[in-house]
Amino acid sequence: MDKTKKTELKKLACKVRMGVIEGTFNAKSGHPGGSLSIADIITYLYFEEMNVDPKNPAFEDRDRFVLSKGHTAPALYSALALKGFFPFELIKTLRKPDSMLQGHPSMRYTPGVDMSTGSLGQGISAAVGMALGAKLKGKDFRVYTALGDGEIEEGQVWEAAMFAGNRKLDNLVAVVDFNNLQIDGSLDEVNSPCPIDEKFAAFGWNVIVINGHCFDEIDEAFKKAKELKGKPTCIVAKTVKGKGVSFMENKCDWHGSAPNAEQYEQAMKELGDALVALEV
Amino acid sequence: MADVIKCATRDAYGKALKELGKRDDILVLDADLAKATKTIVFKKEFPEKFIDAGIAEGNMMGVAAGLSTVGYTVFASSFAMFSAGRAFEQVRNSIAYPKLNVKIGATHAGISVGEDGASHQCCEDIALMRSVPNMVIINPADDVEAFQAVLAAADFEGPVYMRFGRLAVPRVNSEDYKFELGKGVTLKDGKDVTIVATGLMVNEALLAAEELKKDGIDARVINIHTIKPIDREILVKAAKETGAIVTAEEHSIIGGLGSAVTEVLCEECPVPVLRLGVGDTFGKSGPAVELLKIFGLDAKHIAEKAKKAVSLK
Repeated sequence: MDKTKKTELKKLACKVRMGVIEGTFNAKSGHPGGSLSIADIITYLYFEEMNVDPKNPAFEDRDRFVLSKGHTAPALYSALALKGFFPFELIKTLRKPDSMLQGHPSMRYTPGVDMSTGSLGQGISAAVGMALGAKLKGKDFRVYTALGDGEIEEGQVWEAAMFAGNRKLDNLVAVVDFNNLQIDGSLDEVNSPCPIDEKFAAFGWNVIVINGHCFDEIDEAFKKAKELKGKPTCIVAKTVKGKGVSFMENKCDWHGSAPNAEQYEQAMKELGDALVALEV
Repeated sequence: MADVIKCATRDAYGKALKELGKRDDILVLDADLAKATKTIVFKKEFPEKFIDAGIAEGNMMGVAAGLSTVGYTVFASSFAMFSAGRAFEQVRNSIAYPKLNVKIGATHAGISVGEDGASHQCCEDIALMRSVPNMVIINPADDVEAFQAVLAAADFEGPVYMRFGRLAVPRVNSEDYKFELGKGVTLKDGKDVTIVATGLMVNEALLAAEELKKDGIDARVINIHTIKPIDREILVKAAKETGAIVTAEEHSIIGGLGSAVTEVLCEECPVPVLRLGVGDTFGKSGPAVELLKIFGLDAKHIAEKAKKAVSLK
């Protein structure tokens, strides 16, 4: 991947992460851990991969993104705001009464949100429906969805995976945010869905395993997915929960708790420093 | 009685889907029950617009939601038990919350499923669907009404839950009947008591009204095909003019038509309301017609309730 472009994406991802901290701090609740782990993937989707138009969020031939792991809405909202769907200032209204930014994504509240999600396991089915719809309509738009690694413990995910595999929906890409942590502990301690790659392969998917924080690997994976015909693609993105904020990294306690004022200052300083480092 | 036409509302569902198949925007989904839900009638005519999701109702509802976001009017079909029951949360979160254009065709509702027994006799679906915002609920009385209700649902923008039966039931409406979404239908006028019925109980209500004549009771009969949003006006008028109400439904006594009617009347015109439905119990195996008698879902029991309601005035 071109170095300038890569630096640009890194900077944007840093801003997405700042939005996650800003939003959850102001809301005094929310899910920073998984928002930070999926931030690079979402940044890539909105600033490199997807054909979307902030001025016309509902245009028919746009690519779709369904955040099946809906609790990480702060990352999606930050990317949408940076892309120009709404002012970035609104991130501060996250989860507040009258805000267009609901705790979990709602397509009826927020421009640019393609599907209401939040109840785990459901988003992927909607994404599958969109991909099938594109095929039936003879449209060439693509559909992307992001799932949590804990989320794929839901049976519905495998109903959807079976259906998409059988229907050969090669216009569909599902990213699994493989950060190895869920609310109650590590995947192993709870109810591990591993091996994730083999499971999706067995359901008829093309599987690519990458480092979900490396833009070269992300770029290569999405390009490969586009080339591959006859199968949907699952990108198993190995990530770090809380990525980018030192004290949040690899801590499942940061799945669903917001930073206090002191933690907010530290997180914003770390991300600010990272952003400055990218400027030079 | 020999020339009364009998037809299951599920058959009318299949027939109406076939009629709708001419439209470009229509898709029909099923969960491996096409022969039973009668979506097979559509499948035969429009195989390219029929999608079998397999035995995975939760995913089917989500796929239906996704398809609707790209501009399709989607009919998702299964038994009532698996549409409103198993897939409740998918219907709630993926269809009703985003107010998507998905129509749920739920067949085999109530105890008239018959021999399959309690596991398949869904008497809770109206209660479940009624509690979900944005959801419209239609429970047609016969095949004429069911056919038109499906066409009306297709023209309505938003989620609709349609409840159909397996059992062939007598036709109560004439061929020139015009279905109006959200409007109750007065099938027989009367001044002493009003029987408010839905689904296959509408025919029983008409028979009960005949019975009641013998006792000098002039009963009004109203068919409530749209349970949500309910026709408040027709109910309040009936309460004011007849002073007593009996509700009749092939559904749990908890949360269905009886509850909906009571909720309206206790706020707007409190009068005695007696409810007839499936008690707080599960169904069981047996021939459908026999089961309806065993569970007291017939004209005789409606007439008894009506007499009691009159005595409470």
